[in-house]
Amino acid sequence: MSILVNSRTRVLVQGITGKEGQFHARQCIEYGTQVVAGVTPGKGGQVMDGVPVFNTVQEAKEKTGADASLIFVPPPFAADAILEAVDAGVELAVCITEGIPVMDMLRVKNYLAQKDTRLIGPNCPGIITPGECKIGIMPGAIHTPGGPVGVVSRSGTLTYEVVHQLSGVGLGQTTCIGIGGDPVNGTGFTDCLKAFNDDPDTEAVVMVGEIGGTAEEQAALWIQANMTKPVVGFIAGITAPTGRRMGHAGAIVSGGQGTAEAKIAAMKECGIHVCDDLGSLGRLCKEVFS
Amino acid sequence: MKIHEYQAKELFRKYEVPIPEGGVSDSVEGVEKIAEQLGLPVAVKAQIHAGGRGKGGGVKLARTDAAVFEAATTILGMTLVTKQTGPEGRVVKKVLVEKGVGIEKELYLSIIPDRETACIAIVASQDGGMDIEEVAANSPERIIKVAVNPVTGIQGYHLRQVMFGLELEKSLMKEFSTILKNLYNLFIDYDCSMVEINPLIVTDENRIVALDAKMDIDSNALYRHPDVVEMHDSNEDDPTEAEAAEYDLNYINLDGNVGNMVNGAGLAMATMDIIKQAGAEPANFLDVGGGADAEKVENGFRLILSDPKVKGILINIFGGILRCDVLAQGVVQAAQKVKLSVPVVVRMEGTNVDEGRRILAESGLELINADDLADAARKVAEIVA
Repeated sequence: MSILVNSRTRVLVQGITGKEGQFHARQCIEYGTQVVAGVTPGKGGQVMDGVPVFNTVQEAKEKTGADASLIFVPPPFAADAILEAVDAGVELAVCITEGIPVMDMLRVKNYLAQKDTRLIGPNCPGIITPGECKIGIMPGAIHTPGGPVGVVSRSGTLTYEVVHQLSGVGLGQTTCIGIGGDPVNGTGFTDCLKAFNDDPDTEAVVMVGEIGGTAEEQAALWIQANMTKPVVGFIAGITAPTGRRMGHAGAIVSGGQGTAEAKIAAMKECGIHVCDDLGSLGRLCKEVFS
Repeated sequence: MKIHEYQAKELFRKYEVPIPEGGVSDSVEGVEKIAEQLGLPVAVKAQIHAGGRGKGGGVKLARTDAAVFEAATTILGMTLVTKQTGPEGRVVKKVLVEKGVGIEKELYLSIIPDRETACIAIVASQDGGMDIEEVAANSPERIIKVAVNPVTGIQGYHLRQVMFGLELEKSLMKEFSTILKNLYNLFIDYDCSMVEINPLIVTDENRIVALDAKMDIDSNALYRHPDVVEMHDSNEDDPTEAEAAEYDLNYINLDGNVGNMVNGAGLAMATMDIIKQAGAEPANFLDVGGGADAEKVENGFRLILSDPKVKGILINIFGGILRCDVLAQGVVQAAQKVKLSVPVVVRMEGTNVDEGRRILAESGLELINADDLADAARKVAEIVA
């Protein structure tokens, strides 16, 4: 078992004929993901590596039965692409795009609140159920199928580091989700934690946060009240200066809010095993989870 | 992207948010001329992006011609140090000269996006003219926060919540409503990440005027605001950070002496943290991107080495889809080109890591190989100790 995606998930790729879209669609197919359709306006009727391309998401969904969408559309058109997926009734939209204006995401997020589509991202590596389905840009080979650990993170390469360490100590993963580094995103920590808590095959969770906002604090409170499985946490950015955006648009300490110290303190208080030293995260998980 | 007070006020004027009469100048003669046109008294205000200008001596009220001359000569060209500039301060190149206004009451008003609720937050307080973070810490009940859903936009009840919260006099309500609505529209139209007026004053003639103006615009949205792009003031940029932006790299200069180069923002932050935990201090944040190539690594080296504080460098790369062997070749090429003047510790992990390590070992370069993250941090900390 896993959460959100598995071997039966049928994926369409928005922006499949662009450089990034094409490259990563191929990587996903190679990993074994069922990529059933591509969408590029104006290129309907073409075929890329055996994948039919359509002009609209609606048509792609009708003709192929796709239930998830992987979005590689440039920032000025990304909100449009997400909303197109939502209105076509796609169950899961995964948006990789970095650099979408906050105002666009505020509108998208409020619209999503009344719809059934789940959005992952934007500005994220995507989601993977190792051995079954990869919808994103993460390197498939570092993952280990079969669980028992679920991973949820705001970062990209930092997640790969964590997953690599988990695999290194013999801990496989059920599903790994990058929720993205933007200030306004779709699925948050708590949504993922709920899903992991309900998944019988996930026995423990690693949660990777960073400075900015209060999502980790809120998730920590939820964990304290509801989570039945052990959680190891890590927060990046103890040394980040105030008022500066650390690469990710959402990674900023401002007005005394969003510091790593506050997050670590809140997580410890709520019973999360916080890893203070990234180099030993794998070992700590081995200890805590066994 | 931050803009200057005078630029924000130009946008205020466009949106009919009242501001004092005034003009901007970069010379003493210019200041005197504007003051003469406006009539005394005038306020002379340093135009730098940092807050806290008044306390740093960058804002002066002048009641006589001699005082105007003195204010202009003192402020123009001064290195203004405020709590937001850091100890090095900022050289003042321009001042805003404004007609003095009689103040009856000082309010605080700002608009920011609220990331947790995905709404637009209007923040207001009767305690204007003070540091709002202090007000929030000491008397949170004096702060009014009203959330506006960006899909439905600002409604009458939002305005009323703010105005009754501020205990505004009835005679001011119509004017305040218009101003707040206009300011909200400006915020939305210009993709702002912040608009702040501190203080927003009630004058002795019972009018409302924005005495100050701070605006920060979402840099991801600049493609649809060419007029804002033109407002960019390169004097406010850190030269190394500006160079990094040209290379499409994310670089932030810090105080320590361990230069570091990492692929990905989260891993870059975590690398800075682990350097600190090993007893050293990071000299920078540098994210060369999840898909870094040889050219980016080379430019990264240049940026790090241009900082004379740097005594050692830690490269931490997690090779994913971009394989370690390709990255190792990039590191070798770049190192040969830029001539490394300080020791470099390389920690590499991920796809094709053995091949990557072999390339580094056989390169003939003095690169110090690290087994894992903790080892890398320890080694680089020893070098700079």
